[in-house]
Amino acid sequence: MDRPSFAFAYLPETPSQTAGPYVHIGLIPKQAGFDIFENNFSGDIAGPSVQGERITIEGRIFDGAGHSTRDVLVETWQANAAGRYNHPADGQRGALDKSFRGWARTGTDFATGVYAIRTIKPGAVVGRKGRRRMAPHINFWLASRGINIGLATRMYFGDEEAANAADPVLNIIEQPERRKTLIAPRSERDGNIIYTFDIHLQGERETVFFDV
Amino acid sequence: MAMRRSDEAARLTSDAEFHQRDRTIHPPAHTPVYKTSVLRSPRIPLWSLQNSLSEVTGPMFSPEELGPLDNDLLRNYAHDGEPIGEQIIVHGYVLDGNGRPISGTLVEVWQANAGGRYRHRNDTYIAPIDPNFGGCGRMITDENGHYFFRTVKPGAYPFRNYVNSWRPAHIHFSIFGRAFVQRLITQMYFEGDPLIPHDSIIATIPDKSAVERLIARLDLNAALPLECLAYRFDIVLRGSRQTLFDNKLHGS
Ligand SMILES: [Fe+3]
Repeated sequence: MDRPSFAFAYLPETPSQTAGPYVHIGLIPKQAGFDIFENNFSGDIAGPSVQGERITIEGRIFDGAGHSTRDVLVETWQANAAGRYNHPADGQRGALDKSFRGWARTGTDFATGVYAIRTIKPGAVVGRKGRRRMAPHINFWLASRGINIGLATRMYFGDEEAANAADPVLNIIEQPERRKTLIAPRSERDGNIIYTFDIHLQGERETVFFDV
Repeated sequence: MAMRRSDEAARLTSDAEFHQRDRTIHPPAHTPVYKTSVLRSPRIPLWSLQNSLSEVTGPMFSPEELGPLDNDLLRNYAHDGEPIGEQIIVHGYVLDGNGRPISGTLVEVWQANAGGRYRHRNDTYIAPIDPNFGGCGRMITDENGHYFFRTVKPGAYPFRNYVNSWRPAHIHFSIFGRAFVQRLITQMYFEGDPLIPHDSIIATIPDKSAVERLIARLDLNAALPLECLAYRFDIVLRGSRQTLFDNKLHGS
């Protein structure tokens, strides 16, 4: 009898390649400088019927020399105000806000290096295997020239101190100092709530990135 | 009641967990052969996260969000004629690591025109802009995970890396899958392109057999006779665990 084979037939993932300097053409053509699609995805996702507190997340993305990048694609994925994701794998009963997909896309500005997402503050999300809730957070994904494979991180909210202190993901980060790279301070400007989330790709203040 | 909610969330997240990403087939972050990566690569190891709902969910898109010409790069920016260049069809399947088709997922593409010039305010290459070519398109995979689009074959172009660095002809792809952890951006190359062995971006991939999977094959069966050639490019996203223990009876 043949010995059992361990060469299971899983297909290997397609390898990643950099999004390159012209990522805007495909994903945010208006930033590339032209208008082609009727319906464009954007970084402004809190439509009039969406439930929740309106917030703006803004910041810059720094390279290892401390310069702010001007060409990085920023995508965010988040739960709604009740802490539910608009996705079939989230089986939490009720609380689905059909008017909120929870996904935003923008880029750091060619001139100022600033990105901005206009959204709502998410609720706490049920944790792994239904265990305790994770503190409210927004999942970030970055791609650009010089980034060979998309970088995943999370933004937590500076005004959620108690929830952050108990968050299972923040707590696996060994050095408490590094947890702070994921926490965005809250401020107010012209009546708008602003969370400032700067990301450091490298260097002394390197942001925590995750292998998800 | 609280227990039941927790049980329900438990089965929905554990069934949907994804296989760990095999990073040996991807380029690492820091690849000096591609100079721009040097200052844009994290140097501290990534923290490994077990999947929670935040990772196994992701944005969903519907065909109604797209326009009828969004996957036809020959016509979606045509003003007074057709774009210049060799017309081609590109098609393929989006599958997961278990070989299952990923239907209903958004595929976005962008590329240079036939002369190797991008319609982008930062591209200053000498080749002219084609007035009838935008260079981007998008589509949603069908129930079999199939996608297709028409375009012109992009030209090679130089870029500032070494003094004489050229990109082989390529099309950039962005794919979502069904979960945040499946998100992927990559590039498709063309079978037989003599620049492939000289490219610094391809050289960031350490595994040569992985590079082969980025090279689209000429597909004569999908060509339109007397009209245009076709290329086939299949894309594999990460697979999730099969359900080996069905715990659906719990809490029901
Ligand atoms: Fe390119």
